[in-house]
Amino acid sequence: MENFKIQRSDQDRISTLSISGFLDAHTAPKLEEAIQSLIDDGRYQIIVNFSDLTYISSAGLGVFMGFIEEIRNKSGDIKMCRMSPKIYRVFDLLGFPTIYQIFDREEEAAARFGPVKA
Amino acid sequence: MTLKTKEYKLRIPSQTDNLELIRYFVGRVAEKVGFDDEDVGKIELACDEACTNVIKHAYSDRSQHQSLDIAIKLDYQKLTLIVTDHGKGFDPQAIKIPDMKEYLAELKVGGLGIYLMKTLMDEVTYDIKPGLRNQVSMVKYFINKKDSMVVNNSKKA
Repeated sequence: MENFKIQRSDQDRISTLSISGFLDAHTAPKLEEAIQSLIDDGRYQIIVNFSDLTYISSAGLGVFMGFIEEIRNKSGDIKMCRMSPKIYRVFDLLGFPTIYQIFDREEEAAARFGPVKA
Repeated sequence: MTLKTKEYKLRIPSQTDNLELIRYFVGRVAEKVGFDDEDVGKIELACDEACTNVIKHAYSDRSQHQSLDIAIKLDYQKLTLIVTDHGKGFDPQAIKIPDMKEYLAELKVGGLGIYLMKTLMDEVTYDIKPGLRNQVSMVKYFINKKDSMVVNNSKKA
């Protein structure tokens, strides 16, 4: 049963992970692997597109928390876009919009990656 | 509709690949009794968090496949979700509800599940009997307490 999928696309220095399905304690390790492989490839400017994600639990949210410090220390970021109201509500309950930038459209997220800081 | 106390039960192996099925079970019952989509989502998520905690902590030795019991009790005013396991217990007093401001400032990992359960449901209580069984009960009222004092059974589907 394929209940969670990740599609990665690299364009210039930005990598986008488009995630779909359910992100819970069962599927979170897949996302962890995908972000780890971006880090291993030295790609720290990451957009996560949530358009086809239908469910998220704290196990999924924990994945972002686990990597964000390391990625920001490398002058990168995880920016998020296209969340359904249901997914956004969970982020909002935990106050995550104060630490992650969340955009309606992917292009807006991409535009916010400025030049690499020293 | 007059609801007497009704009970729905699911016994399922304590494995993360069953979380989807657990959410489906809980969600469909919540929907059937008239919670709106937003509340159904909250109940599913709270149950997922409770079960994930059991799968990750109570049976962390993984020496054998253990089972997890999920019961949903309904009376005229509320839905009570009870998750029971027979794994190692814990001290409910020791549960620390994270201060989200502090938590976010320090970019910590973990502990979010407990916070979500408290936030999503109206009441959360633990009943731990070491070596026998551990139980978390979570209540959601049909009518938001702050909304109305009048019990109205013609809820929106």
